[in-house]
Amino acid sequence: MRTVSEQIITRSEVLPIRTQIDLVHVRQRVRTWLSEERFTLIDQTKIVTAASELARNALEHGGGGEMEMSLLAVGARKGIRLKFSDHGPGIADISKAMKDGYTTAGGMGLGLSGSRRLMSEFEIQSSPESGTVVTVTRWK
Amino acid sequence: MVKLLKMMRENQERLLTDWLNGLKAIAQRRDLISDVEVREQARKILTLISNPPPDTVLEDFSSEGWQTVRDQLMAISISRVAHGSSPSETAQFLFSLKPPMFKLIREQLTTTPDELFREIDVTNNFIDAMALHIAESYIESRDKVIARQQEEMLELSTPVVTLWDGILALPVIGTLDSTRAQMVMESLLQAIVQTNSRFAILDITGVPTVDTLVAQHLLKTITAARLMGAECILSGIRPQIAQTIVHLGINLNDIVTRSKLADAFRLALDRSGRTVTQKPGNHTPVTAPAAGVS
Ligand SMILES: Nc1ncnc2c1ncn2[C@@H]1O[C@H](COP(=O)(O)OP(=O)(O)O)[C@@H](O)[C@H]1O
Ligand SMILES: [Mg+2]
Repeated sequence: MRTVSEQIITRSEVLPIRTQIDLVHVRQRVRTWLSEERFTLIDQTKIVTAASELARNALEHGGGGEMEMSLLAVGARKGIRLKFSDHGPGIADISKAMKDGYTTAGGMGLGLSGSRRLMSEFEIQSSPESGTVVTVTRWK
Repeated sequence: MVKLLKMMRENQERLLTDWLNGLKAIAQRRDLISDVEVREQARKILTLISNPPPDTVLEDFSSEGWQTVRDQLMAISISRVAHGSSPSETAQFLFSLKPPMFKLIREQLTTTPDELFREIDVTNNFIDAMALHIAESYIESRDKVIARQQEEMLELSTPVVTLWDGILALPVIGTLDSTRAQMVMESLLQAIVQTNSRFAILDITGVPTVDTLVAQHLLKTITAARLMGAECILSGIRPQIAQTIVHLGINLNDIVTRSKLADAFRLALDRSGRTVTQKPGNHTPVTAPAAGVS
């Protein structure tokens, strides 16, 4: 028989994304958490890199916002969830923005698509009224 | 108000003594600033407050008449930053003037309770305004110090090293944001021209995160170096960084890479027609000595 374990949040924190320095803090804070929670070096590197991409998008395309970081537990399984929100102009065509190489700002256009590949789960919501929310999760 | 200032002038020595005693009682880290310096700062503040230009009122700390006090507070904040005091310790310096002032007002302004209350209120607000000003000045001074240190770090952390005649190495250390990337590129290009080098090794062992922006900057630098006639080798790519770059979808196919700086150096020697050999009978490999920083 299989029991369904409930997903619980064991730890959470909100960090501002308003300046370039905040991007450094976001990376450092995510890395600290991951090493405290004993994620492997390769996982740490992937997650921090995704955080760096999404935080920069929130700052540069979304005009600033915040990141909510939560540690999840489902039974014995641990994961980390990062939620980036901003109140910027939103993304007009999400499927286009998710394509490799698509950029409206002279970037590499790999931030969104690359983060999706680096994480286990990827969710994006966007509208001109409410801005953009990107939620990514990676399980241990 | 005029009475209050007159009273302060007449009792300046006593105020100073009480204020300094109060400070001594709460001081946690006396070693930071000498008693002599604190006494001098307190005396200046008292003298300035009790002798403002005519028509200057305690009710308006932002007015022209208090400029000298504000300047003095700025000067004190700079000295506190240099001594390593905290912002709250710095503000506490002024808050400690409250008890002696209130005591004096209670003793000497024996008029109506209303007047007593008013004078205490005015004094209280004035000292708060000074404390706020010194706290803001403190932060401003500290930001200036940090900004200067960051500039120094920028220069320090982009040293171009000549490994061998015609072979440069640039170890990139820390976060490669746009400002840093610009500095890295400039110092590398300049060194290529100055030393007439044909090989440049960009070592990223010291870069904690390689995201798409960092990669874009690295690619730009490599392209620019190529235009100057130098071949670039990217080294110091750790396994976890290599995997992450692949997942991000960054294409480094056109870039010559080596995992270690030593391997990149060997490749550069090789390509420039030199070989590293081992002398017969000598079992430690001969390595090229590193030359100075240019
Ligand atoms: N938070 C956001 N708000 C508005 N637009 C965004 C946001 N994130 C991404 N975008 C849009 O999606 C495009 C692709 O993003 P990304 O893959 O990170 O590439 P890049 O940032 O290099 O342009 C961006 O150029 C931008 O137009
Ligand atoms: Mg991006």
